[in-house]
Amino acid sequence: MGRARGVPVLRLRPRSARLCRQQPGKCARKPRLRLRVPAPRAMALLQPSRLLGAATSRRACLAPAAARSSSWWSHVEMGPPDPILGVTEAFRRDTNTKKMNLGVGAYRDDNGKPYVLNCVRKAEAQIAAKKMDKEYLPIAGLAEFNKASAELALGETSEVIKNGRYVTVQSISGTGSLRIGANFLQRFFKSSHDVYLPKPSWGNHTPIFRDAGLQLQAYRYYDPKTCGFDFSGALDDISKIPEKSIILFHACAHNPTGVDPRPEQWKELASVVKKRNLFVFFDMAYQGFASGDINRDAWAVRHFIEQGINIVLSQSYAKNMGLYGERVGAFTVICSDAEEAKRVESQLKILIRPMYSNPPINGARIASTILNSPDLRKEWLGEVKGMADRIIGMRTQLVSNLKKEGSSYNWQHITDQIGMFCFTGLKPEQGS
Amino acid sequence: MIASDTSLNHEYLPILGLPDFRANASRIALGDDSPAIKEGRVGGVQCLGGTGALRIGAEFLRRWYNGNNNTTTPVYISSPSWENHNSVFTDAGFKDIRTYRYWDPAKRGLDLQGLLEDMEAAPEFSIFILHACAHNPTGTDPTQEQWKQIATVMKRRFLFPFFDSAYQGFASGCLDRDAWAVRYFVAQGFELFCAQSFSKNFGLYNERVGNLSVVGKDANNVQRVLSQMEKIARTTWSNPPSQGARIVATTLTSPLLFAEWKDNVKTMADRVLLMRSELRSRLEDLGTPGTWSHITDQIGMFSFTGLNRPCSFLYVSLVTCPFLHCLLFSSCIGALQKLPAQLSKQVDYMIKEKHIYLMASGRINMCGLTTKNLDYVASSIHEAVTKI
Repeated sequence: MGRARGVPVLRLRPRSARLCRQQPGKCARKPRLRLRVPAPRAMALLQPSRLLGAATSRRACLAPAAARSSSWWSHVEMGPPDPILGVTEAFRRDTNTKKMNLGVGAYRDDNGKPYVLNCVRKAEAQIAAKKMDKEYLPIAGLAEFNKASAELALGETSEVIKNGRYVTVQSISGTGSLRIGANFLQRFFKSSHDVYLPKPSWGNHTPIFRDAGLQLQAYRYYDPKTCGFDFSGALDDISKIPEKSIILFHACAHNPTGVDPRPEQWKELASVVKKRNLFVFFDMAYQGFASGDINRDAWAVRHFIEQGINIVLSQSYAKNMGLYGERVGAFTVICSDAEEAKRVESQLKILIRPMYSNPPINGARIASTILNSPDLRKEWLGEVKGMADRIIGMRTQLVSNLKKEGSSYNWQHITDQIGMFCFTGLKPEQGS
Repeated sequence: MIASDTSLNHEYLPILGLPDFRANASRIALGDDSPAIKEGRVGGVQCLGGTGALRIGAEFLRRWYNGNNNTTTPVYISSPSWENHNSVFTDAGFKDIRTYRYWDPAKRGLDLQGLLEDMEAAPEFSIFILHACAHNPTGTDPTQEQWKQIATVMKRRFLFPFFDSAYQGFASGCLDRDAWAVRYFVAQGFELFCAQSFSKNFGLYNERVGNLSVVGKDANNVQRVLSQMEKIARTTWSNPPSQGARIVATTLTSPLLFAEWKDNVKTMADRVLLMRSELRSRLEDLGTPGTWSHITDQIGMFSFTGLNRPCSFLYVSLVTCPFLHCLLFSSCIGALQKLPAQLSKQVDYMIKEKHIYLMASGRINMCGLTTKNLDYVASSIHEAVTKI
């Protein structure tokens, strides 16, 4: 409890769940003895034991000089670099001219440069011309963005939209959306605190849900033998998940494998999910970006809803609008009715306020302008298809080049997979 | 400049934010000549506004301060304070949130004695949220001498200072003056956090621009702290929004823009000071019951008008001797001498009858006053106090 500085401390440090959280997959830390060298002590300030234990009385005995020389943070471990964003940092440090970064999920044009969409530039110009003020957004964000975002995901003719039985709040891109959702479920989903992720999943899913106080479980998803979807394994695992647990699906362009279920497989998944009465959390970070078609990429989400499953949904506009650093996203809860939606909204706001008060406006204004202007929206859909097509083109070319290089290996998975990422089948040592 | 720079794109910032922003934001808080910065023992984390900075700091403290994941460390928040402080630390996982005495309703000023007593009595290692300047909602700040006394006690009791600096420059019009307390604590050798907001002093409210400045014993400690804060940021928002930080960084690193900004800040602060003196003089001219010097004594955006705040000794008197109520009502000590049952009526009157919206605590935003509405507001307060 109380930390006495500069005092000999023989401490057997137990392995803890916290260590696992800090280094996902690396929980095998041995307990260790730690001996600290004492600093000179002044005897004058002996004080009785206090609330925080005997250690504090020793703490109070320290001479001022010794107290000043040690830090509150002596015991703070150096955190490991982020597994994904750390690759970009290492890339930046590399001085080799041939270097390339195939790590972080950010689109690049054919020159390997970041691509700012034309519709985004136009939207920015329109916004700048209006000379709007910088007043705080409401806690739930920009209303016209929220509405447009829900319509984009669910389809404008969705019964959910017509009946108003949903709430959408603006979020700090996909991460922020998942975080709000995780916190909301931790607080209000009483049936379970177990979240089932596909194996594998985006690296940040686990720490997000864990930090929110939920437990992580997994269901089979990727089959390394085929570099494809382990449909039977997934069905098998999902059919055994305890009822009313939380299950997360990637709506399209699964990250990191690029492996998506086919529509008929989604139908069966929905059916099992219904049977097991599971709570469904969809993460849709690539709508439009996967196939080039926003409706096709949202098919699974819409199908589940049509089957009567009231999902929650995270959306990101980082990739499909190239708005990465603007942090544009949304979190949606499908409810029984509009009245429930209002109550849910009020609780989401109570979660958001002590986190960052209200969201940043810039990116949401851009996204809203694009989605709500027919011309810009059309242009956007064209550009998003362009990006998706370039990726699909790269996949095809990579496979043919590999064959040209004389590879006899079956690289079909590269073109079967979809989205930004490709599970190459390379082993870690081949990657380094 | 940013709009016309075609080399800029919308790529992700690093998790801890824009390096130029972080370094310069910390420099603004701690001073160009800060020895702590020279010694490399200052770090910054770009966050979503002041709220985000408080939250990241709180999440870090809960995980790493006073043990590992010690949710029982007491967190002290001033009474009163910004309401969101409580929620931030509660949601970060702290279980023992307490208040320290701050506002003395009787003398309508700082209850220094109560504050120091509470610090003396606080368990060692407790965390104290301190308002760097322009205390929200009271507008009442310790003097420099009083800050020195506070620092002395905090040092002796091993209390952790977590500054909330939302109004630097905006309070007095001078950046350095408004940062005096933070810099004093740093000079006294404290390790501390300072949550900075650029919402008000840059007017960037909806861009969500904030910085958590971390001052540690040495560079190595700060480095490790930042690496852990990075993990917290990663699961909260991954990386912060770029737009607002670019604006601030560009301004702070350009001598011309920096000078223009300081001038803008002084203009804003001066207007608030003018509204304060104008409101006070109108109330005094109207002969509104009570003394109104607190309006100009207080500093920053907010004023604790006294609407809805009974004088503490009067409250006791009213309870013990209801017959004195009529006599006491006509005395001119505070703006309000009310029976508890009528507490909400003055604020209600302002809102419902006069369509002037203010907080239930009687807090008003001085920035909402203009030369055009001063008379109306003054007369409305006059009515509220005399009629209700």
